[in-house]
Amino acid sequence: MKARIHITLKPGVLDPQGKAVHHALAGLGFDGIEDVRQGKYIEVDLAEPDKDKAHAKLDEMCRKLLANTVIENYTITFD
Amino acid sequence: MRSAVITFPGSNCDRDMEVAIKAVTGSQPIRVWHQETTLPDVDLIALPGGFSYGDYLRCGAIAARSAIIPGLIRAANRGVPILGVCNGFQILTEIGLLPGALMRNAGLNFICRDVNLRVEATDSAFTRQYGDKAVIRMPVAHQDGNYFAEPHTLAALEDGGRIAFRYCDPDGKITKSANINGSTSNIAGILSEERTILGMMPHPERMIDDALGGRDGRVVFESVFKLLETA
Repeated sequence: MKARIHITLKPGVLDPQGKAVHHALAGLGFDGIEDVRQGKYIEVDLAEPDKDKAHAKLDEMCRKLLANTVIENYTITFD
Repeated sequence: MRSAVITFPGSNCDRDMEVAIKAVTGSQPIRVWHQETTLPDVDLIALPGGFSYGDYLRCGAIAARSAIIPGLIRAANRGVPILGVCNGFQILTEIGLLPGALMRNAGLNFICRDVNLRVEATDSAFTRQYGDKAVIRMPVAHQDGNYFAEPHTLAALEDGGRIAFRYCDPDGKITKSANINGSTSNIAGILSEERTILGMMPHPERMIDDALGGRDGRVVFESVFKLLETA
């Protein structure tokens, strides 16, 4: 089962990379951009066939390694 | 004094750390590889700077899950002084031995130069030989040194006098322009609640001899050495 994990900075945490991308887009003439936030996307392929069990396992992976919950939020979705 | 320096794949200041500890204390540190599961019985453990695991995922994130880390946490709980410099500081926050996180520098640039620091706490294992509010100089070399902590964590650090060093101007003023990387409250180094763990982005091990540009960094090692001598 393939899972998709999106890791994003928590609201209020400064994102200098997002800001730089925002400025670059504005420089290319894209106007009307209110904000850009940059995050991470991770795919994990699991042998576990049960969705609930897979979700629990992925949640633990996020808390223990994939995300730093001091500064990041994460969401887990399946295909 | 017995000490250990832990090396991770991608550490690159481990030898500098070893040389600095030996120069100040006269004893040769024990080198410990990250795959080992026990630390020798030592009086000081140092986590050196570098780019462990190529900064993959987040700086220090993968190193913080190494085999040696449970042993490091046990030593921390016993009160063994632990020094984390640069990547070592990032690893300590990823383990959770120090609060907050080190994020990408606000200006996005890699910053490699000497900076002015003000000593904010002189009642810790690593800073007790500094003068109160002393202005010192040390080099920094990092891209992810932008210290972030949630307001309640920051309040706990401030109230507990756990901010060890802040970036300042040459006169010791804590200004926005002296804040090289956008750190919250100009924070360059912090202490654990027990004041036995110090994490800092500047490199004291690179400032231990006049030939290196100064001796301000020696005091970090002298502080812990003299503390142990008198214990």
